[in-house]
Amino acid sequence: MKLLLPLIFALFFASTATAVDSATEAALAADPVAEKRLQHLSEELRCLVCQNQTIADSNAELAQDLRREIRGMIKDGKSDREIIDFMVVRYGDFVLYRPPVKGITLLLWGGPVALMLLGIFALVRYLRRRATRIADDRPLSADETSRADALLKESNPK
Amino acid sequence: MNRYYWILGAFAALVALLAVGLGLNPRDVPSPLVGKPAPAFTLSQLAEPDKTLSPKDLQGKVWLLNVWASWCVSCRAEHPILVEFSKKSDVPLIGLNYKEVRGDGGFDMSKMAPEEERKLAFQRANAWLSQHGDPYKLTVMDLDGRVGIDYGVYGVPETYVIDKAGVIRMKHTGPVTPDVLGQKIMPLLAELNK
Repeated sequence: MKLLLPLIFALFFASTATAVDSATEAALAADPVAEKRLQHLSEELRCLVCQNQTIADSNAELAQDLRREIRGMIKDGKSDREIIDFMVVRYGDFVLYRPPVKGITLLLWGGPVALMLLGIFALVRYLRRRATRIADDRPLSADETSRADALLKESNPK
Repeated sequence: MNRYYWILGAFAALVALLAVGLGLNPRDVPSPLVGKPAPAFTLSQLAEPDKTLSPKDLQGKVWLLNVWASWCVSCRAEHPILVEFSKKSDVPLIGLNYKEVRGDGGFDMSKMAPEEERKLAFQRANAWLSQHGDPYKLTVMDLDGRVGIDYGVYGVPETYVIDKAGVIRMKHTGPVTPDVLGQKIMPLLAELNK
């Protein structure tokens, strides 16, 4: 156990140390403006290999290649729109972390709203019913009160 | 009582939805390239490095483009199927060797000169084909993976069916299995060659 913890730490640091080592990645840091755009763009784009990571987060080979392509396009003076289009033409809408609203993505965008409306509808219906039920709870009549008293006395005589 | 059936029904519907979702393959990303012209490239041929090949050289033919690399384990799985296919069919099968050296992961690319990478890539690709058999009419070398990006390659192996007009008609990601070949690729080739 005493050995285990340092070992875990060592493994952790070893894995993070090797994560960013590409020479090209170092060379690009020279231009902070371009770097910021790259960062921004690659956070919008999904890495196709590790699908739950953005191109900015991922260190898969493909993500590195795509960052290199984006960097090249920024250098060539391409606009953000052109760069995003470049990716969509090749990998489809799937590459976008914010897919466009169209027929096939309707459920994706509309689903949460539909669920919320359904929830509000159910809640309103429940509250209305509850209100009428409460309204029905009129006080007991004199006759009923005496019957209730009799029953109570019967069940626990003192 | 009635409302419990209602909740149970909603729950069952949710379970059904999630079960369908689990059955889908998340790697099966629909390619936007299907129905579009095959992206142009000019790459060196493996057998004759001085010669190049472009998709327009194959205009008028139905052909297959198979992306492979010697470091790709799944390529090994599909390879016998491709070898078998090449014996039976006259449809040209073109290999696109994808990042032979830098995709391997075992080399420090910052220390390797481009000439050295090129030499090593040709050597490795040739060695692999002579060991496992060569089903390709010819193979072209995409050393830095740029052509791969144009074709939307994100996992090797990938296979494209390209028609006489040079339009991509199908893309298969992952190893070609006998099922995929027999039930999807072969019928499509037959139809396109009619």
